[in-house]
Amino acid sequence: MRGRRAPLALAVVLLTTFVACSTKRSPSIVDPKGSEAHTIAGVWWLMFGLATAVYVIVGGFIIVAAVRGRGTKEGRPSRVRDNTFVWVGGIIVPAVILVVLGAATVHASNSLRKPETNPLRIEVVGKRWWWAVSYPDQKFDTANEVHIPVGRPIEIGLDSDNVIHSFWVPQLGGKVDLIPGQHNVWRFKATKEGTFRGECAEYCGLEHAKMNFLVVAQSAASFDTWALRHQQPQSEPASQLAANGQVVFMRAPCAGCHTIRGTTAHGTIGPDLTDIGSRLTLGANTVPNTEGYLSGWIVNSQTIKPGNLMPPIPLSSNDLQALVAYLRSLK
Amino acid sequence: MAVTDVPSQETHGEVDAEELEEIWADAPGVPGFFSTIDHKRIGMRYIYTAFFFFFVSGLMALVMRSQLAAPNNHVVGPETYNQLMTIHGTTMIFLFNTPVLAGFGNYILPLQLGTRDMAFPRLNAFSYWIFVLSGIFFFASFLIGKAPDGGWFGYVPLTDKAFSPGINLDFWGLAIVFVGISTTVGAVNFIVTTFKMRAPGMTINRVPIFVWSILSMAFMVLFAVPAVTLAAGLLELDRLFGTAFVNPHLGGSVLLYQHLFWFWGHPEVYILFVPATGMISMIIPVMARRPLAAYLWVATALIAVAFISFGVWVHHMFATGMPVQAMSFFSAVSLIIVLPSGVQFFAWIATMWKGRVRFTTPMLFGIGFLLIFLLGGITGAMLAVMPFDWQVTDSYFVVAHFHYVLNGAVVFPIFGAIYFWYPKMSGRRLSERWGHISFWLMFVGFNLAFFGMHILGFLGMPRRIATYPSGLGWDDLNMISTIGGFIFAVGTGVTLINWFHARWWGKPAGNDPWDGDSLEWSTTSPPPEYNFASIPVVASRHPLWDQRPLPTASSTGDEATKSLGPEGAEHHETPETTGLDARPQGTLDLPHPTYLPFLLACGIAVFFVGLLIKAILVGVIGAAALVIALTWWAWRTEVDLA
Repeated sequence: MRGRRAPLALAVVLLTTFVACSTKRSPSIVDPKGSEAHTIAGVWWLMFGLATAVYVIVGGFIIVAAVRGRGTKEGRPSRVRDNTFVWVGGIIVPAVILVVLGAATVHASNSLRKPETNPLRIEVVGKRWWWAVSYPDQKFDTANEVHIPVGRPIEIGLDSDNVIHSFWVPQLGGKVDLIPGQHNVWRFKATKEGTFRGECAEYCGLEHAKMNFLVVAQSAASFDTWALRHQQPQSEPASQLAANGQVVFMRAPCAGCHTIRGTTAHGTIGPDLTDIGSRLTLGANTVPNTEGYLSGWIVNSQTIKPGNLMPPIPLSSNDLQALVAYLRSLK
Repeated sequence: MAVTDVPSQETHGEVDAEELEEIWADAPGVPGFFSTIDHKRIGMRYIYTAFFFFFVSGLMALVMRSQLAAPNNHVVGPETYNQLMTIHGTTMIFLFNTPVLAGFGNYILPLQLGTRDMAFPRLNAFSYWIFVLSGIFFFASFLIGKAPDGGWFGYVPLTDKAFSPGINLDFWGLAIVFVGISTTVGAVNFIVTTFKMRAPGMTINRVPIFVWSILSMAFMVLFAVPAVTLAAGLLELDRLFGTAFVNPHLGGSVLLYQHLFWFWGHPEVYILFVPATGMISMIIPVMARRPLAAYLWVATALIAVAFISFGVWVHHMFATGMPVQAMSFFSAVSLIIVLPSGVQFFAWIATMWKGRVRFTTPMLFGIGFLLIFLLGGITGAMLAVMPFDWQVTDSYFVVAHFHYVLNGAVVFPIFGAIYFWYPKMSGRRLSERWGHISFWLMFVGFNLAFFGMHILGFLGMPRRIATYPSGLGWDDLNMISTIGGFIFAVGTGVTLINWFHARWWGKPAGNDPWDGDSLEWSTTSPPPEYNFASIPVVASRHPLWDQRPLPTASSTGDEATKSLGPEGAEHHETPETTGLDARPQGTLDLPHPTYLPFLLACGIAVFFVGLLIKAILVGVIGAAALVIALTWWAWRTEVDLA
């Protein structure tokens, strides 16, 4: 009979091992880097302790109960009355545990998502299948990358003009849905610097799996530098190649869908590209932002992220080279 | 009571079995197939049809697991993956779990109550035909390559015309409305049968726990299913006729849809789970050779859960940004609903504790169920903790949780129930040895497949993704899960083969292969069309253990008892008894086989096809057939038919 518990015991060991091993690489909720994630991880470890105790004790009861009567004809009697057993095990003990869980719920949810003074406001709009990000007080837009200063209260307004999405950065906190016709706000703080993976957590259609983003939590000073740079319009291209690329951008269909501040490109269907050269990834965190991937994305993004709303752009190799040089110069 | 307990089991022999056979038998061949209203044939069909859907939908799960076995995999693209995911969820909930339990209820419940059929046999047949036709309707989408891809929950606005313009989603929305008819009609039948058709002496506190569980399920169905019918109905009105109930871009409410969907969706979990616990509550006492501990508390828990399950639905919506205070109420109720399950759990343990457990295949599935459901219940309580839910909702942690509950804690009891009751249904036993092998494959495969998903959720893997990049620490666990999924599938396949084998070559079961306590074990295996020539008289919660030989009733000639004895069977009747005390009260004429249920169901199917393809003429033809069949139905009373 001991063998019957072995897979589960093994699984519990695996749980701890895997969480311990993988958190370094994974966007793990037990590797918290934000205020909300910290609180919730605390709740989790409390529940993990209780759950383990409950599983081992009740699981033990099941095994013992199953084998206890072996070798007898009619089973072994017990002095405990059935109703007493059921009341204590099924109602009284669980009720005590549930009160603890209830208290943890109230305690944690009362401390989270509260308005604070002087927050940094950010607006995020869920698109199919990427994220439009804007800083209303600093008055600039970007996409798929949210920069925040560590320690300062953050207020992210969440909206959608299409289907429902959900904003989730596991290392910073829980999810908040982006619901058409409803404005949600998520309030939190980052406690550590780092680049954290964010994901769309509500099924939103074809490319739901490739609707991800990054949150870059940085020191207040480096955030200010970053924000200040973004408030400036783009200067003229520095090289001839980039200048040619700008011409290609304005001539090709690009400008119809994308905005580059300081130019005549004001499209709003696709992501704002004003800082595309400084972003870490392309296609909503689908591929790294390298020269090769950028060229590939422009020529036919459908091979990288099938079904996304950007059509293939046929360009001569010279035009493509110039365009890539231009886009990569946009920092 | 106006019945005597003098004529005993032996009097069955005096009844002319051949004559009864002639009175009750269906026509042979195809006419009998379409006109039967025998609850046992219908119950078997429910089970077979539901298992067909189980295996098809399980194969789809294997394709999904293959796709997720490795990062950046290309087994299927996102479009196909999303379709498979939608069909898998919808099929398992609507076309496997719900109907297979209705099938067992259909077959077992009248036998356990000691009656000759369900209260409304024609309605019962109708309910089955609706189920199978709606299943065909839904799967037609897959066969013509237009499978829905909006997820099994069909959230708007993704499923609105604007974002899902094809006919794909109409298959889904209409199928949900369509199959809901079947579930609702079945629920009415279960309730009336339980209250009005119990054997004399089977007072309300002597009813087998399985019957209590079906009753609890039926009440939940009655109040919950209209909500999902409304949700899918409003969606289809928006899609087909351009209304704006749930279309936010025209001023409709997205959350209205979610509220309606989950107002059904959470009770639905209990609609599936409660009958499964009822099966366990029959299997464990028989295998431990002693009565179920704390019967009254278990029955109370089953009813309590039916009420409480209607107060928890918002825990599926904790991330929608509703006010925290409002959601706290649902958080608290979601914790409280643990208690009725706790009562049942410790009743099972107490039953085993003082008994001697026989490790038969049904019992192995029972113990497997206990070990799996324990974990699924614990993670369920965790999900009630709102802040924790914000982190893990819509992650693989939830996928793990609900597979522990809906697969482990529902499918395992169902497999146990096959081994337990199939001998009654067919007269032949399944192989114990292959049953053990099947169980261990399923148990190990199940835990390999789903335990790691808890961890994947912790490592930030969201639900419903068709692929994932490498380097996030998700690769190994996904591979293990896929391997486990295939082992689980092989385990279910072993039972399938075992089942087929038993059908023709199984060892004879006899009337009572497990030494059971409830009335179904008192009749032959398989039972005759009329179940009982003479209705048993019950004086105990465990008639077959406490009343040997089991007394049966005979008529005393008055109106109340005239259907109890063999004469009742000869007149195609079954007794009606009072709701609480089960005193003989009157006689119910049972209808004879009829095509009406099939015709009515076909009319409804044609009507739905008309809606689907937006062909008014087809819709009108369907509606006309429906009206004609209904009128005919109402015209021909059961007495006319008898």
